[in-house]
Amino acid sequence: MTDAALPKPAVSFIKFDDAGEPFIEGRRCRACGAVMTDERLACPACGGRAGFDLFRGAKRGTLHAWSIVRRSYPGVPVPFVSAIVDLEDGLSLKGNLISVAADPEALPPDLPVTVVFGDAMGRKDKDGASYISYFFEPAV
Amino acid sequence: MADVYIQGIDMVRFGRYPEVTFPKLGGEAALLALDDAGLTIRDVQALYCGSVFGSYDMTGQGIMRELGQTGIPVTNVSNACATGASAFREAWIAIKAGLFDVVLAVGVEKMPRGMLGAGAETGIPLEGLLGSASMPAVFAESGIEHAAKYGTSFAQFAKVSVKNHHHSTMNPKAMYQKETPLEEVMGSEMIAYPNTKLMCSVNVDGAAAAVLVSEKKAREMGLTRAIRVRASALASDPWEPRNPMMWDVNAVTRLAARSAYEQAGIGPDAIDLVELHDCFATAELLHYENLGLCGPGEAGRMIDAGETALGGRVPVNVSGGLLSKGHPLGATGIANMYEVSLHLRGEAGARQVDGARIGLTHVVGLGTASAIHIFEKA
Repeated sequence: MTDAALPKPAVSFIKFDDAGEPFIEGRRCRACGAVMTDERLACPACGGRAGFDLFRGAKRGTLHAWSIVRRSYPGVPVPFVSAIVDLEDGLSLKGNLISVAADPEALPPDLPVTVVFGDAMGRKDKDGASYISYFFEPAV
Repeated sequence: MADVYIQGIDMVRFGRYPEVTFPKLGGEAALLALDDAGLTIRDVQALYCGSVFGSYDMTGQGIMRELGQTGIPVTNVSNACATGASAFREAWIAIKAGLFDVVLAVGVEKMPRGMLGAGAETGIPLEGLLGSASMPAVFAESGIEHAAKYGTSFAQFAKVSVKNHHHSTMNPKAMYQKETPLEEVMGSEMIAYPNTKLMCSVNVDGAAAAVLVSEKKAREMGLTRAIRVRASALASDPWEPRNPMMWDVNAVTRLAARSAYEQAGIGPDAIDLVELHDCFATAELLHYENLGLCGPGEAGRMIDAGETALGGRVPVNVSGGLLSKGHPLGATGIANMYEVSLHLRGEAGARQVDGARIGLTHVVGLGTASAIHIFEKA
C-alpha cells in the first residue's frame, strides 16, 4: 500500500495486509504481556524495555461503555453512538457504534460487536485524500 | 515534620470576566486571601500560580506586577483540571521542605467558550468518526460503565445536579443560584446521554488563592482561623488496559485517596464534608466510591438517600460544585479548598455543615492527574 492515491488510515494503528485488507495492529509487551494499540518507548504497564510483538487485532469484542452524542463540536453530525469496545484479545478501542438505534434500550452491557472497516464518512484532508476508519456493528 | 497551615484563603465570584486580564483576576483573589490572612505581599516568600489557558504567558509574574514586584521566586503550574490543587501542593511542599514560612498559591482561569475536548490526530477531524472526545461524552461513558456494572440510573445521575444546584442557591460566589428540579435536569437538552446540559459543569472564568504558612508562622499568628493541612496527595494515572482509549478517572482518584487517608491517619468515616470533582453529574457518583464515602456499587443508593446533601451523612459539594458554582479549570482546586475552609471555620452561612471538623477536596485533570487534600481546623 504505497500508492498515494489509496485511502490513508484514520489512525496510526490501522494497517493494511498484503492483500490490502485493513486491520487493527496491536502491540504486546514481551515482558508482561500488556497489550495496546499505540507505540510507546517502554511498556506502560511494567516499564520493561524488552520491546513489543505486533499482532493482528481481533475482529470480535463486546460493548463496554457508550454514550449517545446529541451535541458535539459545531459542524459534527449527530446523533452518533460513541463506544468503548473490549476486543477478544484484550485490546480496547473507542469508535462509532453503527447499525444500531440511538436509544439506550438498544445498547445492553456486553453487547457482542464486530469491528468493520470503511470509508471515513466521506471526510477528506486538505489534499483531497480519502481515509479508512474502523467502526463497530452489533454481531449477528 | 512540622505541619503546614492555610492562614488565608478566598476566591472571586465565578463568572464571566472578558475585560479582566489573567494577572488582574488572579491578583484580586490573591489580595482577598492576603487580607484574610492579615498579611501583605511583602510577607510572601514564594508564589505558585496555577492556570491552564494562562500558563504559557507567565501569569504568576504578571500577578506580582499587579501586587508588588518583590523579586520572590514565582513558578507557573499547569496540570489540567488539577492545576489549582497542584499549585497549592507545590506551595505546601516548599514549606514542608523548610524553605519558606509564607507562600502564596493562586489558581486563575479565563476559559475559551464552548465544549472542551481533544484535537484531531491526522489530516481529518476524528470527532464523530472515532466516537467522541468531547468531555460530556467521555464522562457519559464513565457513567455508563458504572450503570452497566451496578444498574445506576439516568435519574440517579440527574439527582446530583438537582442537589448541587440546590446547594448553590446558598452560595453568593457561585455562578448560578437557581433550583433545578429533577424533571428540569432530565428534560434539558441532551448533550451526551446520560449527561444533559444541566448535568455539565459551567464554563466560567474565576480565581482563588490561598496563603500557606509554616507551623512556626501559624503559631506566631495565633492559630485562631488557621486550617491545618492534614494530607496533600497527587497521583498520575496508573496502567489500566483501557486507558487512555477510555480515560479513567477512577484508578487515579483511588490512588490519591489512599495516599491522602494514610497521610492523615484517618479513614473516610472521619470526613465531615467533601468538595469533589463533579465536572459532570455522572462523575460525582463514581467519586463517592473512589473516595470511599460508600462501598462499591452503593453510589446510586447514596444519592437516593440524600446522604450527600446538606444535612446528610457526608455532604458533598455544598458550594454548588463545578456543576453550578462553575469550573474555571485552574481556579477550581483552590476554590474547593476555600469552601472547605469556610465550613471548618464555621463561616459558611446558610449552607454551613454543622460541626464540620475535617474536610476533603478532590480534583481530576484528564491526562491524568488527581489531587486530594484533607483539612482540619487548627
